[in-house]
Amino acid sequence: MFKLMNNTKSEPLLLINDLNKIFETPGGRVEALKNITLTVNKGELLTIIGPSGCGKSTLLKIVAGLDTGYAGPVLLNGKAISGPGVDKGVIFQEPRLFPWMNVLQNIAGNLSLRDSGVRDRVHGLVELVKLRGFEKAYPRELSGGMAQRVAIARALLRNPEVLLLDEPFGALDAFTRVHMQEALLEIWEKNKTTMLLVTHDIDEAVFLGQRVVIMEPRPGHIRSILPVKLTYPRERSGTAFQDWRRTIMNEFEKVEGPAVDFGSHI
Amino acid sequence: MKKEGAATRLRLAAGNALLGWLLPLAIVASWQAAAALELLNPILLPSPWTIVEEFAALASSGEMLHHLGISAWRALQGFVLGGGAGLLAGIWAGFSYRMERLVDPSIQVLRTLPHLVIAPLFILWFGFGELSMVLIIAKGAFFPLYVNTFLGIRSVDSKLFDVARVLEFRRKDMILKLIVPAALPSILLGIRLSLGIAWLSLVVAEMMGASSGFGYLIMDARSFSITSLVIVGIIVFALVGKLSDSLVKMLERRLLSWQDTYKAEAVKG
Ligand SMILES: Nc1ncnc2c1ncn2[C@@H]1O[C@H](COP(=O)(O)OP(=O)(O)OP(=O)(O)O)[C@@H](O)[C@H]1O
Ligand SMILES: [Mg+2]
Repeated sequence: MFKLMNNTKSEPLLLINDLNKIFETPGGRVEALKNITLTVNKGELLTIIGPSGCGKSTLLKIVAGLDTGYAGPVLLNGKAISGPGVDKGVIFQEPRLFPWMNVLQNIAGNLSLRDSGVRDRVHGLVELVKLRGFEKAYPRELSGGMAQRVAIARALLRNPEVLLLDEPFGALDAFTRVHMQEALLEIWEKNKTTMLLVTHDIDEAVFLGQRVVIMEPRPGHIRSILPVKLTYPRERSGTAFQDWRRTIMNEFEKVEGPAVDFGSHI
Repeated sequence: MKKEGAATRLRLAAGNALLGWLLPLAIVASWQAAAALELLNPILLPSPWTIVEEFAALASSGEMLHHLGISAWRALQGFVLGGGAGLLAGIWAGFSYRMERLVDPSIQVLRTLPHLVIAPLFILWFGFGELSMVLIIAKGAFFPLYVNTFLGIRSVDSKLFDVARVLEFRRKDMILKLIVPAALPSILLGIRLSLGIAWLSLVVAEMMGASSGFGYLIMDARSFSITSLVIVGIIVFALVGKLSDSLVKMLERRLLSWQDTYKAEAVKG
Protein backbone atom coordinates (compact mmCIF):
# COMPACT_ATOMS: atom_id res chain seq x y z
CA MET A 1 0.00 0.00 0.00
CA PHE A 2 2.69 2.38 1.06
CA LYS A 3 4.72 1.50 -1.96
CA LEU A 4 1.83 2.24 -4.25
CA MET A 5 1.42 5.66 -2.74
CA ASN A 6 5.06 6.33 -3.24
CA ASN A 7 4.67 5.41 -6.85
CA THR A 8 1.80 7.80 -7.44
CA LYS A 9 3.87 10.51 -5.86
CA SER A 10 6.53 10.40 -8.52
CA GLU A 11 4.04 9.91 -11.32
CA PRO A 12 4.75 12.49 -14.04
CA LEU A 13 1.94 14.97 -14.54
CA LEU A 14 3.47 17.41 -16.95
CA LEU A 15 5.83 16.39 -19.71
CA ILE A 16 7.65 18.97 -21.79
CA ASN A 17 9.97 17.57 -24.39
CA ASP A 18 12.25 19.77 -26.48
CA LEU A 19 9.88 22.72 -26.54
CA ASN A 20 10.75 25.62 -28.82
CA LYS A 21 8.94 28.92 -29.09
CA ILE A 22 9.74 31.68 -31.53
CA PHE A 23 8.13 35.11 -31.71
CA GLU A 24 8.14 36.70 -35.15
CA THR A 25 8.36 40.42 -34.48
CA PRO A 26 8.91 43.38 -36.79
CA GLY A 27 12.36 43.58 -35.22
CA GLY A 28 13.13 39.98 -36.16
CA ARG A 29 12.82 36.50 -34.70
CA VAL A 30 12.95 36.18 -30.93
CA GLU A 31 13.83 32.73 -29.66
CA ALA A 32 11.82 32.92 -26.46
CA LEU A 33 12.26 29.25 -25.57
CA LYS A 34 14.80 26.75 -26.86
CA ASN A 35 15.10 23.03 -26.13
CA ILE A 36 13.03 23.12 -22.96
CA THR A 37 12.73 19.64 -21.50
CA LEU A 38 11.08 19.31 -18.13
CA THR A 39 9.05 16.75 -16.23
CA VAL A 40 6.89 17.79 -13.32
CA ASN A 41 5.54 15.12 -10.98
CA LYS A 42 2.14 15.02 -9.39
CA GLY A 43 2.04 17.04 -6.19
CA GLU A 44 5.37 18.67 -6.83
CA LEU A 45 6.16 22.28 -5.99
CA LEU A 46 8.55 23.60 -8.59
CA THR A 47 10.01 27.08 -8.75
CA ILE A 48 11.39 28.66 -11.90
CA ILE A 49 13.91 31.46 -11.63
CA GLY A 50 15.79 33.48 -14.18
CA PRO A 51 16.49 36.99 -15.37
CA SER A 52 13.96 39.13 -17.16
CA GLY A 53 13.23 38.02 -20.69
CA CYS A 54 14.38 34.42 -20.29
CA GLY A 55 10.95 33.12 -21.23
CA LYS A 56 9.45 32.25 -17.85
CA SER A 57 6.09 33.83 -18.58
CA THR A 58 6.08 32.38 -22.07
CA LEU A 59 6.65 28.90 -20.67
CA LEU A 60 3.85 29.31 -18.14
CA LYS A 61 1.47 30.66 -20.76
CA ILE A 62 2.12 27.64 -22.96
CA VAL A 63 1.41 25.25 -20.10
CA ALA A 64 -1.71 27.29 -19.28
CA GLY A 65 -2.91 26.84 -22.86
CA LEU A 66 -3.05 30.60 -23.40
CA ASP A 67 -0.39 30.38 -26.11
CA THR A 68 -0.67 27.53 -28.58
CA GLY A 69 1.84 28.51 -31.24
CA TYR A 70 4.86 26.40 -30.29
CA ALA A 71 6.84 23.40 -31.42
CA GLY A 72 7.36 20.29 -29.32
CA PRO A 73 5.03 18.22 -27.22
CA VAL A 74 3.68 19.64 -23.98
CA LEU A 75 1.61 16.96 -22.31
CA LEU A 76 -0.57 17.16 -19.25
CA ASN A 77 -1.59 13.69 -18.06
CA GLY A 78 -0.36 12.39 -21.39
CA LYS A 79 -2.61 14.68 -23.42
CA ALA A 80 -1.49 17.65 -25.49
CA ILE A 81 -2.61 20.96 -24.08
CA SER A 82 -5.11 22.40 -26.52
CA GLY A 83 -6.31 25.52 -24.74
CA PRO A 84 -6.89 27.17 -21.39
CA GLY A 85 -9.11 25.51 -18.83
CA VAL A 86 -9.84 25.00 -15.17
CA ASP A 87 -7.51 22.01 -14.92
CA LYS A 88 -4.65 24.47 -15.35
CA GLY A 89 -5.18 27.18 -12.74
CA VAL A 90 -3.32 30.42 -13.39
CA ILE A 91 -2.30 33.10 -10.91
CA PHE A 92 -0.96 36.19 -12.65
CA GLN A 93 1.32 38.83 -11.20
CA GLU A 94 -1.75 41.05 -10.70
CA PRO A 95 -4.79 39.45 -9.05
CA ARG A 96 -7.01 40.15 -12.08
CA LEU A 97 -10.24 40.07 -10.12
CA PHE A 98 -13.50 41.19 -11.69
CA PRO A 99 -14.01 44.64 -10.15
CA TRP A 100 -17.81 44.34 -10.26
CA MET A 101 -17.88 41.14 -8.20
CA ASN A 102 -17.35 40.81 -4.46
CA VAL A 103 -14.95 38.28 -2.94
CA LEU A 104 -17.42 35.39 -2.97
CA GLN A 105 -18.57 36.12 -6.51
CA ASN A 106 -15.00 36.45 -7.72
CA ILE A 107 -14.06 33.07 -6.29
CA ALA A 108 -17.20 31.47 -7.72
CA GLY A 109 -16.86 33.21 -11.10
CA ASN A 110 -19.14 31.39 -13.53
CA LEU A 111 -20.25 28.86 -10.89
CA SER A 112 -23.49 29.65 -9.13
CA LEU A 113 -23.36 30.57 -5.46
CA ARG A 114 -26.96 29.41 -5.24
CA ASP A 115 -25.65 25.86 -5.56
CA SER A 116 -25.07 24.85 -1.95
CA GLY A 117 -22.17 22.60 -2.90
CA VAL A 118 -20.36 25.50 -4.57
CA ARG A 119 -21.23 27.83 -1.72
CA ASP A 120 -19.81 25.50 0.92
CA ARG A 121 -16.59 25.03 -0.96
CA VAL A 122 -16.23 28.76 -1.60
CA HIS A 123 -16.65 29.43 2.11
CA GLY A 124 -14.13 26.71 2.89
CA LEU A 125 -11.64 28.40 0.57
CA VAL A 126 -12.31 31.81 2.12
CA GLU A 127 -11.33 30.13 5.37
CA LEU A 128 -8.24 28.57 3.78
CA VAL A 129 -6.93 31.86 2.39
CA LYS A 130 -7.89 33.64 5.60
CA LEU A 131 -10.39 36.14 4.25
CA ARG A 132 -13.22 35.57 6.74
CA GLY A 133 -15.12 38.81 7.21
CA PHE A 134 -14.32 40.07 3.71
CA GLU A 135 -16.77 37.87 1.79
CA LYS A 136 -18.82 40.83 0.58
CA ALA A 137 -15.91 43.20 -0.06
CA TYR A 138 -15.23 44.47 -3.58
CA PRO A 139 -11.70 44.32 -5.06
CA ARG A 140 -11.17 48.05 -4.57
CA GLU A 141 -11.54 47.48 -0.83
CA LEU A 142 -8.83 44.79 -0.69
CA SER A 143 -5.10 45.12 -0.23
CA GLY A 144 -2.79 43.64 -2.85
CA GLY A 145 -2.10 40.57 -0.71
CA MET A 146 -5.77 39.97 0.02
CA ALA A 147 -6.68 40.32 -3.64
CA GLN A 148 -4.00 37.81 -4.60
CA ARG A 149 -5.39 35.37 -2.03
CA VAL A 150 -8.82 35.72 -3.65
CA ALA A 151 -7.20 34.85 -6.98
CA ILE A 152 -5.60 31.77 -5.42
CA ALA A 153 -8.93 30.68 -3.91
CA ARG A 154 -10.60 31.19 -7.29
CA ALA A 155 -8.10 28.85 -8.93
CA LEU A 156 -8.26 26.26 -6.14
CA LEU A 157 -12.07 26.05 -6.28
CA ARG A 158 -11.71 24.38 -9.68
CA ASN A 159 -9.42 21.65 -8.31
CA PRO A 160 -6.73 22.27 -10.91
CA GLU A 161 -4.34 19.50 -11.88
CA VAL A 162 -1.63 22.09 -11.78
CA LEU A 163 -1.45 25.62 -10.44
CA LEU A 164 0.68 28.03 -12.48
CA LEU A 165 1.89 31.11 -10.65
CA ASP A 166 3.70 33.87 -12.55
CA GLU A 167 5.51 36.06 -10.04
CA PRO A 168 2.41 36.02 -7.87
CA PHE A 169 3.96 38.00 -5.04
CA GLY A 170 6.22 40.27 -7.06
CA ALA A 171 4.05 43.33 -6.53
CA LEU A 172 3.76 42.89 -2.77
CA ASP A 173 5.86 44.47 -0.04
CA ALA A 174 8.49 42.27 1.65
CA PHE A 175 6.41 41.52 4.74
CA THR A 176 3.27 40.57 2.85
CA ARG A 177 5.36 38.54 0.44
CA VAL A 178 6.86 36.40 3.21
CA HIS A 179 3.43 35.95 4.70
CA MET A 180 1.98 34.90 1.36
CA GLN A 181 4.79 32.44 0.75
CA GLU A 182 3.98 30.77 4.05
CA ALA A 183 0.28 30.78 3.23
CA LEU A 184 0.95 29.17 -0.16
CA LEU A 185 3.12 26.51 1.42
CA GLU A 186 0.35 25.75 3.89
CA ILE A 187 -2.14 25.38 1.05
CA TRP A 188 0.24 23.15 -0.86
CA GLU A 189 0.81 20.89 2.13
CA LYS A 190 -2.94 20.64 2.73
CA ASN A 191 -4.10 20.15 -0.87
CA LYS A 192 -1.01 18.67 -2.48
CA THR A 193 -1.76 20.67 -5.62
CA THR A 194 1.03 20.55 -8.18
CA MET A 195 2.48 24.02 -8.49
CA LEU A 196 4.81 25.81 -10.90
CA LEU A 197 5.88 29.14 -9.51
CA VAL A 198 7.88 31.70 -11.45
CA THR A 199 9.92 34.19 -9.47
CA HIS A 200 12.72 36.74 -9.64
CA ASP A 201 13.57 36.20 -6.03
CA ILE A 202 16.17 33.58 -5.05
CA ASP A 203 14.88 33.51 -1.48
CA GLU A 204 11.41 32.71 -2.69
CA ALA A 205 12.67 30.04 -5.07
CA VAL A 206 14.59 28.30 -2.28
CA PHE A 207 11.97 28.78 0.39
CA LEU A 208 9.20 27.20 -1.72
CA GLY A 209 10.70 24.90 -4.34
CA GLN A 210 11.29 21.19 -4.02
CA ARG A 211 13.24 21.75 -7.20
CA VAL A 212 14.45 25.03 -8.60
CA VAL A 213 14.61 25.43 -12.38
CA ILE A 214 17.23 27.98 -13.38
CA MET A 215 16.71 29.66 -16.73
CA GLU A 216 18.84 31.91 -18.90
CA PRO A 217 17.90 34.26 -21.72
CA ARG A 218 18.82 34.68 -25.39
CA PRO A 219 17.60 32.17 -26.26
CA GLY A 220 15.50 31.22 -23.25
CA HIS A 221 16.66 27.85 -22.01
CA ILE A 222 17.06 25.82 -18.83
CA ARG A 223 20.54 26.09 -17.37
CA SER A 224 20.05 23.63 -14.56
CA ILE A 225 17.53 22.06 -12.24
CA LEU A 226 18.49 21.86 -8.57
CA PRO A 227 16.66 19.70 -6.03
CA VAL A 228 16.54 21.63 -2.75
CA LYS A 229 17.02 18.94 -0.16
CA LEU A 230 15.55 20.75 2.84
CA THR A 231 12.49 19.87 4.87
CA TYR A 232 9.55 22.23 5.22
CA PRO A 233 9.09 24.65 6.82
CA ARG A 234 12.44 26.05 5.86
CA GLU A 235 14.34 28.35 8.16
CA ARG A 236 15.44 31.33 6.10
CA SER A 237 18.20 32.32 8.48
CA GLY A 238 19.54 28.76 8.83
CA THR A 239 22.93 27.95 7.35
CA ALA A 240 21.53 25.14 5.20
CA PHE A 241 19.12 27.60 3.59
CA GLN A 242 21.90 30.08 3.01
CA ASP A 243 24.01 27.35 1.42
CA TRP A 244 21.26 26.58 -1.08
CA ARG A 245 20.87 30.24 -1.78
CA ARG A 246 24.56 30.54 -2.52
CA THR A 247 24.51 27.45 -4.72
CA ILE A 248 21.85 29.02 -6.90
CA MET A 249 23.61 32.36 -6.93
CA ASN A 250 26.76 30.63 -8.08
CA GLU A 251 24.83 29.14 -10.97
CA PHE A 252 24.05 32.66 -12.11
CA GLU A 253 27.48 34.02 -11.52
CA LYS A 254 28.81 31.61 -14.07
CA VAL A 255 26.80 33.69 -16.51
CA GLU A 256 27.88 37.22 -17.37
CA GLY A 257 26.65 40.06 -15.19
CA PRO A 258 24.16 40.24 -12.35
CA ALA A 259 21.23 38.35 -13.75
CA VAL A 260 18.57 38.40 -11.11
CA ASP A 261 17.50 40.20 -8.00
CA PHE A 262 19.71 38.55 -5.41
CA GLY A 263 17.56 40.12 -2.77
CA SER A 264 18.55 41.90 0.37
CA HIS A 265 16.43 39.68 2.56
CA ILE A 266 17.75 38.97 5.99
CA MET B 1 -11.44 64.01 15.35
CA LYS B 2 -13.10 62.15 12.52
CA LYS B 3 -16.49 63.67 13.24
CA GLU B 4 -15.04 67.13 13.21
CA GLY B 5 -13.40 66.43 9.87
CA ALA B 6 -16.73 65.33 8.44
CA ALA B 7 -18.45 68.43 9.80
CA THR B 8 -15.81 70.69 8.28
CA ARG B 9 -16.15 68.92 4.97
CA LEU B 10 -19.91 69.33 5.08
CA ARG B 11 -19.60 73.02 5.83
CA LEU B 12 -17.11 73.39 3.00
CA ALA B 13 -19.45 71.57 0.60
CA ALA B 14 -22.38 73.74 1.68
CA GLY B 15 -20.22 76.81 1.25
CA ASN B 16 -19.25 75.71 -2.24
CA ALA B 17 -22.88 75.12 -3.17
CA LEU B 18 -23.82 78.57 -1.93
CA LEU B 19 -20.96 80.04 -3.89
CA GLY B 20 -22.48 78.63 -7.06
CA TRP B 21 -25.74 80.43 -6.35
CA LEU B 22 -24.12 83.78 -5.70
CA LEU B 23 -23.65 84.87 -9.30
CA PRO B 24 -27.12 83.97 -10.61
CA LEU B 25 -28.74 85.59 -7.59
CA ALA B 26 -26.78 88.78 -8.09
CA ILE B 27 -27.74 88.89 -11.76
CA VAL B 28 -31.45 88.30 -11.03
CA ALA B 29 -31.40 90.95 -8.28
CA SER B 30 -29.83 93.62 -10.49
CA TRP B 31 -32.10 92.58 -13.36
CA GLN B 32 -35.19 93.05 -11.16
CA ALA B 33 -33.82 96.38 -9.95
CA ALA B 34 -33.17 97.56 -13.52
CA ALA B 35 -36.70 96.54 -14.52
CA ALA B 36 -38.21 98.35 -11.51
CA LEU B 37 -36.30 101.50 -12.52
CA GLU B 38 -37.73 101.08 -16.04
CA LEU B 39 -34.28 100.81 -17.56
CA LEU B 40 -35.33 97.78 -19.64
CA ASN B 41 -37.74 97.46 -22.50
CA PRO B 42 -40.34 95.00 -21.07
CA ILE B 43 -41.04 93.62 -24.55
CA LEU B 44 -37.44 92.56 -25.01
CA LEU B 45 -36.61 91.69 -21.44
CA PRO B 46 -39.44 91.37 -18.93
CA SER B 47 -38.61 91.53 -15.24
CA PRO B 48 -37.90 88.34 -13.32
CA TRP B 49 -41.12 88.82 -11.43
CA THR B 50 -43.16 88.91 -14.66
CA ILE B 51 -41.49 85.67 -15.65
CA VAL B 52 -42.40 84.09 -12.31
CA GLU B 53 -45.99 85.18 -12.82
CA GLU B 54 -46.01 83.77 -16.32
CA PHE B 55 -44.61 80.52 -15.00
CA ALA B 56 -47.30 80.33 -12.32
CA ALA B 57 -50.06 81.08 -14.82
CA LEU B 58 -48.82 78.46 -17.25
CA ALA B 59 -48.49 75.90 -14.48
CA SER B 60 -51.88 76.53 -12.90
CA SER B 61 -53.80 76.54 -16.19
CA GLY B 62 -52.53 73.00 -16.83
CA GLU B 63 -51.08 74.14 -20.13
CA MET B 64 -47.55 73.51 -18.98
CA LEU B 65 -48.21 69.90 -18.06
CA HIS B 66 -50.12 69.36 -21.28
CA HIS B 67 -47.32 70.57 -23.55
CA LEU B 68 -44.62 69.07 -21.39
CA GLY B 69 -46.36 65.72 -21.53
CA ILE B 70 -46.54 65.81 -25.30
CA SER B 71 -42.89 66.85 -25.62
CA ALA B 72 -41.68 64.28 -23.13
CA TRP B 73 -43.59 61.55 -24.92
CA ARG B 74 -42.03 62.51 -28.26
CA ALA B 75 -38.56 62.66 -26.74
CA LEU B 76 -39.05 59.30 -25.06
CA GLN B 77 -40.27 57.63 -28.26
CA GLY B 78 -37.36 59.04 -30.20
CA PHE B 79 -34.90 58.09 -27.49
CA VAL B 80 -36.16 54.53 -27.21
CA LEU B 81 -36.23 54.07 -30.96
CA GLY B 82 -32.89 55.72 -31.76
CA GLY B 83 -31.08 54.82 -28.54
CA GLY B 84 -32.32 51.24 -28.70
CA ALA B 85 -31.14 50.90 -32.28
CA GLY B 86 -27.82 52.51 -31.31
CA LEU B 87 -27.39 50.06 -28.44
CA LEU B 88 -28.10 47.06 -30.65
CA ALA B 89 -25.88 48.28 -33.47
CA GLY B 90 -23.13 49.05 -30.96
CA ILE B 91 -23.35 45.59 -29.44
CA TRP B 92 -23.38 43.99 -32.85
CA ALA B 93 -20.42 45.93 -34.20
CA GLY B 94 -18.67 45.56 -30.84
CA PHE B 95 -18.83 41.80 -30.90
CA SER B 96 -18.00 41.22 -34.53
CA TYR B 97 -15.15 42.72 -36.49
CA ARG B 98 -16.91 41.84 -39.69
CA MET B 99 -20.01 43.72 -38.59
CA GLU B 100 -17.85 46.67 -37.63
CA ARG B 101 -16.29 46.80 -41.06
CA LEU B 102 -19.71 46.47 -42.64
CA VAL B 103 -21.64 49.17 -40.79
CA ASP B 104 -19.23 51.49 -39.01
CA PRO B 105 -18.05 53.52 -42.02
CA SER B 106 -21.62 54.29 -43.12
CA ILE B 107 -22.67 55.18 -39.59
CA GLN B 108 -19.73 57.52 -39.22
CA VAL B 109 -20.73 59.34 -42.41
CA LEU B 110 -24.34 59.71 -41.26
CA ARG B 111 -23.19 60.89 -37.85
CA THR B 112 -21.81 64.13 -39.23
CA LEU B 113 -25.08 65.13 -40.92
CA PRO B 114 -26.87 67.89 -38.99
CA HIS B 115 -30.57 67.58 -38.15
CA LEU B 116 -31.51 70.56 -40.27
CA VAL B 117 -30.09 68.87 -43.35
CA ILE B 118 -32.02 65.63 -42.80
CA ALA B 119 -35.26 67.19 -41.57
CA PRO B 120 -36.57 68.34 -44.98
CA LEU B 121 -36.19 64.84 -46.32
CA PHE B 122 -38.11 63.31 -43.42
CA ILE B 123 -40.84 65.88 -43.93
CA LEU B 124 -41.05 65.10 -47.63
CA TRP B 125 -41.27 61.40 -46.93
CA PHE B 126 -43.48 61.29 -43.88
CA GLY B 127 -45.21 64.67 -43.95
CA PHE B 128 -45.05 66.99 -41.07
CA GLY B 129 -46.31 64.92 -38.18
CA GLU B 130 -45.38 62.87 -35.17
CA LEU B 131 -43.41 60.38 -37.22
CA SER B 132 -41.04 62.96 -38.65
CA MET B 133 -40.44 64.49 -35.26
CA VAL B 134 -39.81 61.15 -33.58
CA LEU B 135 -37.45 60.15 -36.37
CA ILE B 136 -35.42 63.33 -36.04
CA ILE B 137 -35.08 62.74 -32.30
CA ALA B 138 -34.21 59.09 -32.93
CA LYS B 139 -31.50 60.11 -35.36
CA GLY B 140 -29.97 62.30 -32.67
CA ALA B 141 -30.22 59.65 -29.94
CA PHE B 142 -28.75 56.87 -32.07
CA PHE B 143 -25.12 57.94 -32.31
CA PRO B 144 -24.00 58.51 -28.73
CA LEU B 145 -25.33 55.12 -27.66
CA TYR B 146 -23.88 53.42 -30.71
CA VAL B 147 -20.41 54.89 -30.27
CA ASN B 148 -20.20 54.40 -26.52
CA THR B 149 -21.60 50.88 -26.53
CA PHE B 150 -19.15 49.92 -29.26
CA LEU B 151 -16.21 51.44 -27.40
CA GLY B 152 -17.33 49.92 -24.10
CA ILE B 153 -17.36 46.44 -25.54
CA ARG B 154 -14.06 46.89 -27.35
CA SER B 155 -12.31 48.23 -24.27
CA VAL B 156 -12.88 45.10 -22.17
CA ASP B 157 -9.53 44.37 -20.55
CA SER B 158 -7.84 41.54 -22.44
CA LYS B 159 -6.25 40.42 -19.17
CA LEU B 160 -9.68 39.75 -17.71
CA PHE B 161 -10.55 38.01 -20.94
CA ASP B 162 -7.67 35.59 -20.36
CA VAL B 163 -8.97 34.95 -16.85
CA ALA B 164 -12.41 34.17 -18.24
CA ARG B 165 -10.89 31.74 -20.71
CA VAL B 166 -8.90 30.00 -17.96
CA LEU B 167 -12.08 29.72 -15.86
CA GLU B 168 -13.88 28.25 -18.90
CA PHE B 169 -16.61 30.88 -19.10
CA ARG B 170 -19.29 29.86 -21.54
CA ARG B 171 -20.54 32.34 -24.13
CA LYS B 172 -23.39 33.41 -21.87
CA ASP B 173 -21.05 34.03 -18.93
CA MET B 174 -18.61 35.87 -21.17
CA ILE B 175 -21.40 38.27 -22.08
CA LEU B 176 -23.24 38.60 -18.77
CA LYS B 177 -20.36 38.36 -16.31
CA LEU B 178 -17.54 39.99 -18.25
CA ILE B 179 -18.49 42.08 -21.25
CA VAL B 180 -21.71 43.70 -20.07
CA PRO B 181 -20.40 44.78 -16.66
CA ALA B 182 -17.15 45.98 -18.19
CA ALA B 183 -18.97 47.96 -20.87
CA LEU B 184 -21.65 49.27 -18.54
CA PRO B 185 -19.94 52.53 -17.50
CA SER B 186 -19.52 53.40 -21.15
CA ILE B 187 -23.07 52.37 -22.05
CA LEU B 188 -24.51 54.47 -19.24
CA LEU B 189 -22.53 57.43 -20.45
CA GLY B 190 -24.00 56.78 -23.89
CA ILE B 191 -27.50 56.76 -22.40
CA ARG B 192 -26.87 60.09 -20.71
CA LEU B 193 -25.57 61.68 -23.89
CA SER B 194 -28.38 60.17 -25.97
CA LEU B 195 -31.04 61.49 -23.60
CA GLY B 196 -29.46 64.92 -23.74
CA ILE B 197 -29.39 64.88 -27.52
CA ALA B 198 -32.96 63.55 -27.70
CA TRP B 199 -34.03 66.54 -25.67
CA LEU B 200 -32.09 68.96 -27.86
CA SER B 201 -33.40 67.38 -31.06
CA LEU B 202 -36.92 67.72 -29.74
CA VAL B 203 -36.69 71.49 -29.93
CA VAL B 204 -35.45 71.38 -33.49
CA ALA B 205 -38.27 69.01 -34.41
CA GLU B 206 -41.02 70.96 -32.68
CA MET B 207 -39.86 74.32 -33.91
CA MET B 208 -40.27 73.26 -37.50
CA GLY B 209 -44.01 73.70 -37.11
CA ALA B 210 -45.60 71.44 -34.54
CA SER B 211 -48.95 72.44 -33.10
CA SER B 212 -48.26 71.27 -29.57
CA GLY B 213 -45.34 70.68 -27.24
CA PHE B 214 -42.84 72.99 -25.67
CA GLY B 215 -41.02 73.87 -28.84
CA TYR B 216 -44.35 74.93 -30.33
CA LEU B 217 -45.13 76.94 -27.19
CA ILE B 218 -41.89 78.85 -27.53
CA MET B 219 -42.30 79.48 -31.26
CA ASP B 220 -45.88 80.55 -30.71
CA ALA B 221 -44.90 82.91 -27.91
CA ARG B 222 -42.21 84.37 -30.14
CA SER B 223 -44.63 85.13 -32.96
CA PHE B 224 -46.79 87.05 -30.48
CA SER B 225 -43.70 88.62 -28.87
CA ILE B 226 -44.53 87.24 -25.42
CA THR B 227 -40.92 87.29 -24.26
CA SER B 228 -41.73 86.14 -20.73
CA LEU B 229 -43.29 82.97 -22.11
CA VAL B 230 -40.27 82.32 -24.27
CA ILE B 231 -38.05 82.61 -21.24
CA VAL B 232 -40.31 80.33 -19.18
CA GLY B 233 -40.06 77.80 -21.98
CA ILE B 234 -36.29 78.00 -21.91
CA ILE B 235 -36.20 77.55 -18.15
CA VAL B 236 -38.52 74.54 -18.21
CA PHE B 237 -36.43 72.97 -20.96
CA ALA B 238 -33.30 73.39 -18.92
CA LEU B 239 -34.93 71.99 -15.79
CA VAL B 240 -36.31 68.90 -17.49
CA GLY B 241 -33.02 68.27 -19.24
CA LYS B 242 -31.16 68.50 -15.97
CA LEU B 243 -33.70 66.27 -14.24
CA SER B 244 -33.41 63.47 -16.77
CA ASP B 245 -29.64 63.69 -16.60
CA SER B 246 -29.74 63.43 -12.81
CA LEU B 247 -31.95 60.36 -13.04
CA VAL B 248 -29.43 58.54 -15.22
CA LYS B 249 -26.65 59.68 -12.90
CA MET B 250 -28.51 58.12 -9.99
CA LEU B 251 -28.84 54.91 -11.96
CA GLU B 252 -25.12 55.07 -12.67
CA ARG B 253 -24.27 55.45 -9.03
CA ARG B 254 -26.38 52.46 -8.14
CA LEU B 255 -25.16 50.18 -10.94
CA LEU B 256 -21.50 51.16 -10.74
CA SER B 257 -21.04 51.19 -6.99
CA TRP B 258 -18.14 48.78 -7.48
CA GLN B 259 -16.07 51.51 -9.16
CA ASP B 260 -13.51 53.48 -7.19
CA THR B 261 -14.74 56.79 -8.47
CA TYR B 262 -18.30 56.33 -7.32
CA LYS B 263 -17.31 55.61 -3.76
CA ALA B 264 -16.14 59.16 -3.21
CA GLU B 265 -19.29 60.58 -4.76
CA ALA B 266 -21.57 58.39 -2.68
CA VAL B 267 -19.87 59.62 0.49
CA LYS B 268 -20.43 63.19 -0.58
CA GLY B 269 -24.13 62.50 -0.79
N1 LIG C 1 3.80 38.52 -27.46
C1 LIG C 1 5.10 38.62 -27.73
N2 LIG C 1 5.54 39.05 -28.91
C2 LIG C 1 6.84 39.13 -29.18
N3 LIG C 1 7.81 38.81 -28.31
C3 LIG C 1 7.46 38.40 -27.10
C4 LIG C 1 6.09 38.28 -26.74
N4 LIG C 1 6.02 37.84 -25.46
C5 LIG C 1 7.29 37.69 -25.06
N5 LIG C 1 8.17 38.02 -26.02
C6 LIG C 1 9.63 37.95 -25.94
O1 LIG C 1 9.96 36.67 -25.48
C7 LIG C 1 11.01 36.74 -24.53
C8 LIG C 1 10.56 36.11 -23.24
O2 LIG C 1 9.53 36.88 -22.65
P1 LIG C 1 8.86 36.48 -21.28
O3 LIG C 1 7.78 37.45 -21.03
O4 LIG C 1 8.50 35.06 -21.29
O5 LIG C 1 10.04 36.71 -20.25
P2 LIG C 1 10.05 36.57 -18.68
O6 LIG C 1 11.10 35.60 -18.33
O7 LIG C 1 8.69 36.29 -18.18
O8 LIG C 1 10.51 38.01 -18.22
P3 LIG C 1 10.07 38.82 -16.93
O9 LIG C 1 10.85 38.24 -15.82
O10 LIG C 1 10.51 40.22 -17.23
O11 LIG C 1 8.61 38.68 -16.78
C9 LIG C 1 11.36 38.21 -24.39
O12 LIG C 1 12.48 38.46 -25.19
C10 LIG C 1 10.18 38.92 -24.95
O13 LIG C 1 10.57 40.12 -25.56
MG1 LIG D 1 7.24 37.38 -16.99
